[in-house]
Amino acid sequence: MKTLEKPVQQHQKPTGKDGGSFIKSLVRNQIFIPIAALLILVIFNLVADPSFFAITLSQNSAGYPILSGNLINILDNASELVILAIGMTLVTSASGGQDISVGAAIALSGSVVLRVLCGTESRPETLQAPIIVAFLVCCLVAMIFGAFNGALVAYFKIQPMVATLILFTAGRSIAAWINNNELPIISEASFGYFGNFIPGIPVPTPIFIAVLCMIIIALVLRFTKLGLFTQSVGINSESSRLNGINPEFIKFITYVILGLCVAIAGFIKVSRFSTINYSVVAKDIEMDAILAVALGGNALSGGKFNMAASVLGAYVIQFLTTTLFKFNVISSALPAYKAVVVIILVVLSAPIVRDKIAAVRKKLSAPRTAVKEANR
Amino acid sequence: MQEEVVLRLEGICKEFPGVKALQDVEFTLRKGEIHALMGENGAGKSTLIKVLTGVYQKDGGNIFLSGKPVAIRSTQDAQNAGISTVYQEITLCPNLSVAENMFIGRTKSIFTNWKKMNEEAKKLLGSLDIPAKPNQQLGSCSIAVQQMVAIARAVDMDCKVLILDEPTSSLDEQEVEKLFKLMLDLKKRGVGIIFVTHFLDQVYAVCDKITVLRDGRFEGEYDAAELPKVELVSKMLGKDLNALSDMEKPAAVSDEENGGAPVFEASGLESTAGIAPFDFNIRKGEVNGFTGLLGSGRSESVRAIYGADKVLGGTVKMDGREVKIKKPLDAMKLGISYLPEDRKRDGIVGDLSVKENIILALQVMKGMFHPISRADAAKFADEYIKLLEIKTASPDTPIKSLSGGNQQKVILARWLLANPVYLILDEPTRGIDVGTKLEIQKLVLKLASEGRSVTFISSEIDEMLNVCSRLIVMRDRKAVGELSGSDLNQNKIMETIAGGEKVHENA
Repeated sequence: MKTLEKPVQQHQKPTGKDGGSFIKSLVRNQIFIPIAALLILVIFNLVADPSFFAITLSQNSAGYPILSGNLINILDNASELVILAIGMTLVTSASGGQDISVGAAIALSGSVVLRVLCGTESRPETLQAPIIVAFLVCCLVAMIFGAFNGALVAYFKIQPMVATLILFTAGRSIAAWINNNELPIISEASFGYFGNFIPGIPVPTPIFIAVLCMIIIALVLRFTKLGLFTQSVGINSESSRLNGINPEFIKFITYVILGLCVAIAGFIKVSRFSTINYSVVAKDIEMDAILAVALGGNALSGGKFNMAASVLGAYVIQFLTTTLFKFNVISSALPAYKAVVVIILVVLSAPIVRDKIAAVRKKLSAPRTAVKEANR
Repeated sequence: MQEEVVLRLEGICKEFPGVKALQDVEFTLRKGEIHALMGENGAGKSTLIKVLTGVYQKDGGNIFLSGKPVAIRSTQDAQNAGISTVYQEITLCPNLSVAENMFIGRTKSIFTNWKKMNEEAKKLLGSLDIPAKPNQQLGSCSIAVQQMVAIARAVDMDCKVLILDEPTSSLDEQEVEKLFKLMLDLKKRGVGIIFVTHFLDQVYAVCDKITVLRDGRFEGEYDAAELPKVELVSKMLGKDLNALSDMEKPAAVSDEENGGAPVFEASGLESTAGIAPFDFNIRKGEVNGFTGLLGSGRSESVRAIYGADKVLGGTVKMDGREVKIKKPLDAMKLGISYLPEDRKRDGIVGDLSVKENIILALQVMKGMFHPISRADAAKFADEYIKLLEIKTASPDTPIKSLSGGNQQKVILARWLLANPVYLILDEPTRGIDVGTKLEIQKLVLKLASEGRSVTFISSEIDEMLNVCSRLIVMRDRKAVGELSGSDLNQNKIMETIAGGEKVHENA
């Protein structure tokens, strides 16, 4: 309490020209942890191998110019995770729980895309429906499944983890069932544009889609009060109800929004390889999405959230993965390394540790302020 | 005092940061006595009970059991010393059988002799006349029976002192009767019972002695037979009956000249909170109030008006037109605002900033897709922070880091911003310093003079008299009287709270 009030009282404008107080308020800001993590990763790579950041312009097999390099890879591969993190942040904020079915739901929505585009054939010569139709159907289905989760959580008051466990378990089977257990492959080249490159544009398309999603959510949070309402419900549901908010509906709608995010992520996933394997696609991505929210310093018990921090958290996770790959960590050992880093980050961002650090710093700076006071 | 004293507390003190919860409190319990512990909210009843049961450590004073000083450092110590407690909420396991609940945690060997356990339970239940079978699942019994099982468990643990903390608040009349029978039965066996309740009638039905606490101090110990209800109420509220007559007259807020239909009118209103259906109306520019002891149903009544609890029946009219209020948003859109009693649970949204808390209600009324602009939000926040003199570091400080009084002002600002025609304030001054209290009272009168209607609830009768021109008196979840004009004085109010007779108004 005191630590919160004091600096603001001392400096009338905390974000003013005073450089020291700017850094102070940044450190106190929850976005500090993902930024710091990102900086450490960048510095580590700079020291170990500056060529990590090299970006080259080359030509792909079709003769179009493309940008390649680790940074491009990170931005590209993080796209699905970033999109999911957006939805997961809202769900976490409003319901104080997480949706663990997003990986299975990606398989499911990907399967829907394949079914609509391929019909009953497994290797169609031509697409059976326009791509936009496939995308819209995929969005609809994913939102229905999101609504299913949301209804269980909001209206039946089932714990989010348990409610979404249903789809977590069943999702991939339903995905296989939609295509009669076959794995259709789309040969139409234009379908691949969404997960790879649009001819002539050297930047991978998923990056654009992710940025578009970020812009949309930023606009939504700016021009509607979705953020205020979800946070209010997550912090104090009873109080929100007495202020006229319908807490059930707000919780419900966040799951539907996450459903939409799942659909977009699923669509990118299918487009990358023109097919998917239901049982392995987006495996464990739900855990990474939850981790992104946590790394952003957002409380997994709901309430206040910082969307930018979550998005940054998602990029940190991908940055870490790519860095580990770069240092030839074999893929089976990757999760263990990741876990070590995650432990450090999560412990550092835990409020109890931050309070301790703040207390220690206060102690250290106490003699100095005492001297200052005396001089006055 | 020839009777054998079982428990004696002397000079008990307990301090919490910033609050002296108990100061020099004494208490005496004799063998075979039912002793009521009375006091308003915050008087120190539950703190005293918790000191006695080892939940809190006392800061000073002595506890004597049968004349010998004892040290109670944990709940285990209390149990071993023969002090058992039955709490308001059942703390047993509903999915275990009655017998298991009675013996759980008390069997010494690893193996349970189920047959013996059930037989002993049956004997005990029979001797106390409790209508439950040993192998019945506890959850299938009524709340009253569950409570009795908890008591039976306590009795079987050879307790000398039995503490019943609000045992009757979730029971109906017949169940209360059964519980009283059991209590009188235990009394015959020589168990000393401490009975904590806020139902006055129940105190007089079973208790021998009454100890009253007020503001953490010992007010006095009385024989139940010699203390009239009115006096008990005045002791609890801390008003000397003789000094009452020269209290200041209520500030008159006129409503007579307004001949039209009431701003708000309800008849036969009933909600899920378990209050008797009631009629209510308020005129333009009027300040009225619900009074009564804690738990009398005054909060439940206004919650029903606002639609905070589910409304079961009755009709509601605003300005003579019939309206439906099913949920808080309906009430808000009709221009009703409600400042809830429990600020922390129902009022503030702790992690949100002062500014966001101020604009919340207005924003909800506007809808999610019509956001209040940042500039407007900042303007509203600054305006009300200045108007109500809210002490906050900045409008962006989280509300939870403000003091209680300032939090309350923020909530008040929220509802003033919503520009209501009818404002309900439930305990707006609880836990607030005297200066702020007066400010809020003045504000209420100012709002009324602007033509708004206000319903004001407070535990402090002084305050009610300062602002209200009409009072609805509640007792045991029923409206038992309505006072206005010359009847608005402390004595009359206390009489009505305590008394049986309904006060009839004649114009």
